[in-house]
Formats: sequence, structure tokens, C-alpha cells
Amino acid sequence: MTDTLTRRQPPAPQPPAMSPLEAGRWAWRQLTSMRVALFLLFLLAVAAVPGSIVPQREANPLAAVDWAERNPALTPWAERLGLFDVYSTPWFSAIYLLLMISLVGCIIPRIGTHWRALRTRPPAPPSLLTRMPGHRDATVQGAPAEVLAAAEQALRARRFRVHRVADTRARPGTGSATALAAERGYLKETGNLLFHLSLVLILVAVALGSLYGYRGSVLVVEGSGFANSPIQYDGLTAGARFDARDLPPFALTVDHFVMEFEPDGPTMGSPSNFEATVTLEPYPGAAPEQRTVRVNAPLSIDGTLVHLLNPGYAPLVTVRDADGEVVYRQAVPFLPQDPMFTSTGVVKVPRGDEPDIGIQGIFLPTGIIGPNGPESLFPGLGNPVLVITAWQGDLGLDDGVTQSVYRIDTTDMTQLQADGEPFRAALGVGDSAQLPDGLGTVSLDAVSTWVNLQVSRNAGKEVALAGAALAVIGLMPTLFVRRRRVWVRVRSASTSGAASPTTPAGASPVTVATIAGLDRVASGDTGALDDELAALAAAIEKELT
Amino acid sequence: MNADTAAYLSNVLVDAAMVVWAVALAAFAADLAFASPVRHEVSRRVPVGVGAPAESDAHEPAPSTDRPASRWLGVGMGTLVLGTVVLGAGVLLRGIAAGRVPWGNMYEFAITGSFLVAVAFLLLGRRYDLKTFAIWVTGVLLLTVGLAVTVLYIPAAPLVPALRSPWLVIHVAAATLAAAFFTLSMIATTLYLVRDTAERRGSTDGRLLSRLPDSATLDRIAYRVTAFGFPIWTFAVVAGAIWAEYAWGRYWGWDPKETWSLITWIVYAAYLHARTTTGWRGRKAAIISLVAYATLLFNFFGVNIAFVGLHSYGGV
Repeated sequence: MTDTLTRRQPPAPQPPAMSPLEAGRWAWRQLTSMRVALFLLFLLAVAAVPGSIVPQREANPLAAVDWAERNPALTPWAERLGLFDVYSTPWFSAIYLLLMISLVGCIIPRIGTHWRALRTRPPAPPSLLTRMPGHRDATVQGAPAEVLAAAEQALRARRFRVHRVADTRARPGTGSATALAAERGYLKETGNLLFHLSLVLILVAVALGSLYGYRGSVLVVEGSGFANSPIQYDGLTAGARFDARDLPPFALTVDHFVMEFEPDGPTMGSPSNFEATVTLEPYPGAAPEQRTVRVNAPLSIDGTLVHLLNPGYAPLVTVRDADGEVVYRQAVPFLPQDPMFTSTGVVKVPRGDEPDIGIQGIFLPTGIIGPNGPESLFPGLGNPVLVITAWQGDLGLDDGVTQSVYRIDTTDMTQLQADGEPFRAALGVGDSAQLPDGLGTVSLDAVSTWVNLQVSRNAGKEVALAGAALAVIGLMPTLFVRRRRVWVRVRSASTSGAASPTTPAGASPVTVATIAGLDRVASGDTGALDDELAALAAAIEKELT
Repeated sequence: MNADTAAYLSNVLVDAAMVVWAVALAAFAADLAFASPVRHEVSRRVPVGVGAPAESDAHEPAPSTDRPASRWLGVGMGTLVLGTVVLGAGVLLRGIAAGRVPWGNMYEFAITGSFLVAVAFLLLGRRYDLKTFAIWVTGVLLLTVGLAVTVLYIPAAPLVPALRSPWLVIHVAAATLAAAFFTLSMIATTLYLVRDTAERRGSTDGRLLSRLPDSATLDRIAYRVTAFGFPIWTFAVVAGAIWAEYAWGRYWGWDPKETWSLITWIVYAAYLHARTTTGWRGRKAAIISLVAYATLLFNFFGVNIAFVGLHSYGGV
């Protein structure tokens, strides 16, 4: 950014004389100065921290709720400061927008400057080349014109832009009519500008994504499916310009969902493969096609991606009344609570005029009832056990309030008792248990799986990718190219030592070439400059022999 | 050779590398203890630029580093190279044992990263005379591998499905390589601050101080190495975003790991900007660079341990 540009401005007027326009100019100069840019960079880094400490609603809604429950004292403040949505709060946005304005305000004038620099010749050599950060004299065989041509060749070979200029500032006796002015490394600034503009492009892409993108999730039990429409989603986050009519009208059925886990070894129990076999109907009436979706291998439909998110087990539970009539039969999604897939879930059986039945269950894929209660030893289905307790009363299903399907509100219910203790039963697959008070039976018929599918489209992701690629490309010359200016001035050695008899007439003439250079962006590394000048001198000599 | 043998051999080689490096450390320490302090001419290259007559002082013979005691230095450098080769073999066998690239968890990240730091240091040593701060690099390497073996170690195993992707190879390799460069830069920056403080006080005669390159050289090395690391880190973040789009359906989701990698990127960007800003060059920029490295370390250790995020499978 423009440190040099801002420093060249005249000092700001003192307060009493400052008109609004001047104040505006002053503020603009401040904003586009490197110091303020540095400050904003730091501020952005610091502002990003709280969002990594407090769980973010968009990334992890359950963790956000959990955090709020564990920190009741802090939660009101966290809400007020937007700590659950840090990255979309006004204060966070303000920082990066100011930074972007600062960047643009700095980059735009520099584009003009660079454009002019690209078309301007480097200036003629200053009068004293010995004052340059690097300089050396090379005495070579040849007339000044030949040496100049050789130097030009050598500079071009080293990818300098070379200009012959009138050497007007040379002290008498130190030069000839023509000298060389050369410069290299324009790509450094080009890369720098490209890099910074790419950052703006990425920000534009992110803005596009937040306007037009969407992300929905839908829980699908093995054997069932869904049609792609917002009403089918369990959750949907979408941008302001999202239009449900843009959703590709596909329908998808999960035929099989397989979960495999490492059976032994040091990572026993960690997932080894999650794979869904789905039947996809790309649009209504289209021929259905069979596809597989795996972790890291999403399904792509028309730019919309379908990902596997978290999976779980769905025990198939049947509830019969006292007469043996089926009053409930469903594969109920249970939510895993630990890596061994100990899962919890509920069965809600509304019974019209009679009191509702609510069943709370813990599902264990490989279960034992140990001293600490029911426990799962392995996430795979080794010994599926469903442990249940039951409640009777009003489930509140008719209150019109949306309910969690994973929880029972037991305020208007009483727990069923058996032998003076809360009723409890452990069911293997095929087992059934008698509910107390002649309420009927509960059975575990089978266990299937469910998977959360994420349907998403990130608008502008191609733009973001282009921006990121250009940024990386732009960084390279910015960091590795050296912008360097070199002058070459020649004088005939016989001119400076006119009285010297060492140059007999007819002998080949001798010329002293003074080569001097400076790095346009000071790197403090004069060694590299000296090396280049030495290499140039050697190249000139080689050219002449 | 089956996987178990490879895993076993890998562990043996990693331990062996530590022993060899410990010898290197001892040799470097002996060099410090027995060698006579060198009297550097501070910034002897600078006069060339400021118009001083080139003949007068700039081309005095440089103080010789080939003192008799540099035998110890030779032993140190030799064992450092040997330890690096041994560790490289250990890393390779780890990959063979696990049947994949050896950077799937924190242990592997640490040993692969240490190997890269050592290689980068030895390569850098071909351009700059770095023998005098090899002791510090060796110390950091031993610490890292020691931590890996004792705290971070987990047996070789296949990856969870979430990590099975070609992007793991690209993304983590880039992140590890960049972290290796940043580690070298951190060492050079710390030494720069130490040396610069001494130069300001006008006393650089101590055993440790006199052996260090002058502050300008240290600063330059620190900058060069960071300039290498920064684009690689940028690429690592971008590759991670591409993988995230592929694996999770969004290229940026403010997962703690993502957030902290961006914070590291921003602070290193601030360092690069500070170096071109009057009033921020030198010590202030150096401190920014150290802050950036601290955020990198926190991203590696803190985020895996303290926060629950999508990168939690890093394995502690």
C-alpha cells in the first residue's frame, strides 16, 4: 500500500482551518495510509478470535445452544455483541470493509503510477554514480561505442529494459555523450497490484455467495427420500437473493446407507467408510439413476452439491395396544451422543382420547448393561440393544407449538412404574416388552440407518477460486522479483589519462565502464546488487573478447 | 516388509534421529564452550552503500571462522545431516506403514515438519553461513520431535473417511512446508532481536552473541524465509478451502482451524507490510513476525485441543 504516496502529501492543515472537504481528504489520506492498513489488519486478526472460541450458530448450531446453556451469565452479553454470529456482525464487517476501502484507495492510484512507470524511461544517470548503493568500474578493451553496445547486450540478456540516453549530467571527463539507463522488475509491482485486486475479487465472491447461495439439510432414513424443495429441509440458510424457484427440481431416495468402522487395531471404532446408495431423479419424469455418495465424494446435480453429513441409527419400533393392534410403527432416527454411537431418541404415540404414550430410548449398537448403566462398546451393529423408559399423559402435540422430535416434554406426563420402580426394558432385535398398566407392548423389529444430507450451492465459488489463484500468482513476483535500476557510463581510458604514454597509437583502445545500480524497493541486501553488477561487468568483458 | 515391521522400524528410526541430533546439539554446545569468541565487524557490508571509499575498510579480510575449535562445528553439522537422513527414513517408513502420506495426524505432522525444517535449514546453509546458529535450530528440532514422540504419538493407522482425499496430500503438505519455513524464520527473528539488542548496547563480545551473524544478516534471512513461506501458506489455505468445498459443501465456514489459519495469514501479511513501512522496520516488524508464529503454533496445538471443530480428527 502507499506509504510513499501518503508521505509525499503536504502536511494536513491545522484544525481551525479545516473545512469539511479538507477533513474528508485528511480522513481519506489516513485511511489509505500504510499505518492505518496495518492497524486494520491487526484489528481484523483480533476480531476473528472470539468466533473461534464461542461456537458459531451457522457453523455449529447445537454447540452454540450448548455453550449458551453452560454460560448463562455470559450469554446475554454474547448475544448483544453478536458473538454467536461474529462473522456477520456489523463490527466485524466494518473492519474488513474499511480494510478493503483502504486497500482500494491505495491500489487505484498505484495502478496509474505503475502504468505511467511502465511507459517512462528510467532517468539519465546522475552526475556521481559512486553515490549509488552499488557501483563498480570495469576497464575493458574496446572503443566506448563498442563497450556501450556490449553493455546494452549484457543488460538485455539479464532482462533489463535498456535505453540509450544523453549523458548530460556527467562531470567533465567522466563520461561520453551517451549512457545507458536500464530498469528491470516491473513485474514486482504488477504482481503486487494483481494480488491486492484479487483480494477484492475474493470479497466480491463471498458477497455473491452470501446473497445467492443456500445450504439446506435434510435427515433421510434409509429407504426413504425427499424432493428438493425448502419445505422438505430440516434447516435452511440462504442469502437475501435466494429464490426457491432456482432449486434444481430433483428427487432423491436413499436405498442403502452403510456405516463401516475399523474392527480392530489402534483406531478401532473409528469410521472406515460411510456410503449411501441413492436413486436420483434429476428432474420430474426423468429416468431414475443409481448413484453413490461418500464422504469426500459428494453428488453434484446442476451445480448443487449433496453431501453426507452426520449419520446415525434408526431403530424400527412398533407399539401395539392391549388388543395387539399396531398403534405406531416407524424407523425412529436416534441422535448419536458419543463416538461409539450411543444414541438417544424418543417415540411419541398420540392416542386420541386416551393419554398419550411417550417412550424415551437409548440405543446401543454394541450394547452391554454395565455397572455404569447401558454402554456401547463399538459403533458397528454387534449387539444392538434399545433401552427404554416410558411416560403417560399429554405429549402436547395438539398445542400447535413445534416440538423437537428428539425430546419429550414431560411436564404434563407421569413416568410409568413397574414394581415400585420406574419401568425400564432392554430390547434386542426381535424382542418385545410389556408396558405396565396393560398399555400394550413395545418391540424392536429391526435397525436401519439414517443420514443427514446437505444440499448446497455456493454462488460465486468460481469467482472466489479465480481470485485465490490470481492472488497466489500475484504473490510470487511481489515477493521474489527485485526492481532494480542500472546505469552504465563509459569513457575512453585514453581521454582521462591523456598524457599517458601507455596507450600507443594504433593499439586497441581501452574504455572504463562505470556500472552503478540501485534497488527500487530497498531490501537492505546490497550484497545481491554487488553480485549483479559484478556479473554484468564480466558479461561485458566476455562480449568484447 | 509388512506394515507392522515398517511401523516398528519407523519408531526406531525416529528415536535414533533424536539421539543423533542430541549428539549434534552437544557438539554445537562444545563449539560454543571451547571456541574463542569472534569479534565481528558489525554490518561490515553497509559502508559500500553509503559512499564510503570502497578501498578503505570494506575489503578487509573477513574474520575467519576456521578456528581450530570449528572441528566441533564440523561434527555438529555432520551429525545434524545424519540425523536428518535418519528422520527422513523414519518418516518414509511411517508412510509405508500407514499406506498413505505421512501427514495424517499431529504426530506425523510434527515429524514430517521437523524433517522439512532440517532440510530447509541445510539448503539455506548453502547460501548463507548459518553454522553459528545451527545449535538453535537443532534445539527446536529436538524439542519438536521429543514432543511428537512423547505426547503426540499415535500408532500408524489408516485415515478416517473424512481425510481420504488427494487434497490431504496437497493441503497438509503445503501447510507443513510453510510451517517449516515459518519455524526457521521464527528462530532467525528471535536471534535477530537478541543480536540487535546487543548491538544497540554496543556489546557483542559474549560467547553466544559474537558467534551470531550481524543483525542485518539475521533480519534478511528471517525475511527471505518468511517470503518463501507466505505464498506456500496462502496456497495451503486456498487448497484447504477447495477441499472444504468438496468435503463439506462450503469453501469457508469459519471453523476454528480455518479462522486461525486466516489469522496467521493476516499477521504474516502485516509483517510483510510492516517491513515496507517507515517506523515499523526492524524490531517492530520482528515482533509482528513472532506474534504470527505464535498464532501458527496455537493453530497447531491449541485449536486441536481446546476447540471442537471439523478439524478435530487431527488426533491428540
